[in-house]
Amino acid sequence: MAYVVPKESCSGKVLNVDFGKGNKALNIGGENCLPFLSFEGELPNRPVIAYEIQDIPPVDWPDTVQNAYKDVSGDPVTWAKYCQNELKAKAIALRLVSTHPDRDNHSAEDAAITIKDVLSAIEVPLIILGSNHIEKDATVLVAAAEAASGYNCIIGKAQEGNYKTIVAAALAHNHKLIAMSELDINLAKQLNILITQMGFDKEKLITDPMCSALGYGLEYTYSVMERIRLAGLMQNDATMQPPILGDVGMYVWKVKETVASESDVPEWGTLAERGVAWEAMTATGMIIAGTNLLIMRHPKAIETVEKTIAELI
Amino acid sequence: MALTGVQIFKFLPKTNCKKCGFPTCLAFAMALAQGKISLEKCPDVSEEAKKTLGEASAPPIRTFALGAGDNAVKLGGETVLFRHDKKFFNPCALAINIKDSLGDDELVENATWVATSELNRVGQKLRVDAISVEYASNNSAQYEKAVKLVAEKAPDAAIILNCKDAVAAEAAVKAIAARKPLIYAATNENADAMANIAKTHGVPLCASAQGLEALSALTEKLQGLGVNDIVLDSGAKTAKEIIEHNTQIRRSALKKGFKPLGFPVLNCVIREDSILEATIASVAIAKYASIVILSSIEKWKNLVLFTLRQNIYTDPQVPMQVEQKIYNIGEPTAESPLMITTNFSLTYFIVSGEIENSKVPSRLAVMDSEGLSVLTAWAAGKFTAAKIAQFIKDSGIEGQIKHKELIIPGQVAILSGALEDKLEGWKITVGPREANAIPTFLKGRVA
Repeated sequence: MAYVVPKESCSGKVLNVDFGKGNKALNIGGENCLPFLSFEGELPNRPVIAYEIQDIPPVDWPDTVQNAYKDVSGDPVTWAKYCQNELKAKAIALRLVSTHPDRDNHSAEDAAITIKDVLSAIEVPLIILGSNHIEKDATVLVAAAEAASGYNCIIGKAQEGNYKTIVAAALAHNHKLIAMSELDINLAKQLNILITQMGFDKEKLITDPMCSALGYGLEYTYSVMERIRLAGLMQNDATMQPPILGDVGMYVWKVKETVASESDVPEWGTLAERGVAWEAMTATGMIIAGTNLLIMRHPKAIETVEKTIAELI
Repeated sequence: MALTGVQIFKFLPKTNCKKCGFPTCLAFAMALAQGKISLEKCPDVSEEAKKTLGEASAPPIRTFALGAGDNAVKLGGETVLFRHDKKFFNPCALAINIKDSLGDDELVENATWVATSELNRVGQKLRVDAISVEYASNNSAQYEKAVKLVAEKAPDAAIILNCKDAVAAEAAVKAIAARKPLIYAATNENADAMANIAKTHGVPLCASAQGLEALSALTEKLQGLGVNDIVLDSGAKTAKEIIEHNTQIRRSALKKGFKPLGFPVLNCVIREDSILEATIASVAIAKYASIVILSSIEKWKNLVLFTLRQNIYTDPQVPMQVEQKIYNIGEPTAESPLMITTNFSLTYFIVSGEIENSKVPSRLAVMDSEGLSVLTAWAAGKFTAAKIAQFIKDSGIEGQIKHKELIIPGQVAILSGALEDKLEGWKITVGPREANAIPTFLKGRVA
């Protein structure tokens, strides 16, 4: 029996989204085959990893990852420059944690100042994230979109409960937008439809079907992402073709495997490797399932995933 | 190719005699198609049907064991390309590679670690499954000695003989024949000799070739020589080759019924950087490997690899459940709040994660609801006032806390009245509807 390569062709294509400006601008998506199957399609852009920084010191991060930034994380501008210049970050994700009512409850105006400072200090593209407080994000991200006008940023996350004002702001200031829903392919599809019905171009959308950490629901995220990709590529479902985001760091660096000391759980081995590996493994699972854009925290985990991507393409 | 129930039905007697235990021949055919029962249960099936159905019902990917005894690992038998289509059945075996040229002490140390590597995670036992002993010494006597030593010190582990020298391989197989070691590997150069050893001693054989065309030709040759339990090594080295070769192998077997590639797959992912080795292994685990060989499995690596494998091989149709009990989060005192939720693993992970985020030491009562989430469990009558009251009474928690206050999920606020009736003396407080509001809720109570 002669062997014949079992190729499958896709009728659909992941949308190509660019962000940032000038010669540091990036493209994600654009592939017309399942992740890394280059024998049967085109994969024009490699997955991008953005370094996560916060607008206030990351006191709630575990030591393993907090220590990696201990000299720079006191100030978001210093932190952003460190990621760009020392760690060679291709993109940076600024999370406006301070605006959360339970944290420092900083105002949307305060956030706008931080964003302007960070944008004027870096050249790589910026992703601007709210504090994941539905009501507060609706005002903070509007101010953020205005502050970043002209920079072609990615802003988010727009969710079912707050998308209207955020979509309008992204539209007005010409940004890309993250649409986030909770681990359900139908909810992801529905939100994309609602957003495009407001006149927002689907070619500026990024889908976040909600990440989960290794061992804490990774299998759900993995399968939702695979199903989104299959729907977009095989069934040519236009509402399922935006690139996918995996917001990995925030889900990983709170589970007990990245926090518990070696003396508490000797059978789990060294904490530093355990934490870094937890983030790198979660991220690898996401890119295998179809993620185009990752937000991560630990430099060593990012370096490992970059090497993995280099082997995959 | 697997037949559908309707296709199988055509070959059955259609008498609906019920002797097979099913009410109709069609019901029996459906069960056959799902592999739930064997054709022999039908006493009246014709010889012709047996032949046709027997061939058709051979699984597209052959199933056999790696190793022997209770801890033998079942390989192959997969039926889908994507886990959400049904499930992945037989979790990939993780193997650590040891060179026979190491000193006895180091061999013993590695083998002993494998023997004691067992961990428990969400009710499943996780351990290093196999040891690959590499023929690095180029000395047959030393190889045999190392293989015997490793096998003795890791009595439950499967053994892989990483050796292309037929003379050395045969001596090693003879030394531990009862352990049913996997010979790795037969190549174009040694195929006849290796096939003979595998056949004589009844052990599985890994076929190793560069690329899938050469590999298909090799497995056809080995089958012609009488070897049936074959493992595939396509020579994939980079992550790209692993994902492309493994995908093509599984598609060929499942969608084309291509028998020469209808076998489990082995990937060797050895890298200098241990964390990179783990991420490359995760590519292989997610994308269809049945055996992954690594150069090292430290404790942290043991945990991450097993957890990933557990995630990928979880049945998507059966919710993962956590054990029913009252979990301490932080270090709760007798005054700390007590919350309750259901035992769907995702519910538990999210709720306990948010309680941890709040930094308020608490107790979380997790009630067995057959793995359903809060609202579904309530709708299905598995998270009712009577059942919650019984669980709280039986748990003995009353003796450990000073207050008698139970915080219930906001989704089931409706239960609070009935619960106060059934849990005499208790105060029922309605918590947030969504888990992400828990930190605000708990901190607000402390303030």
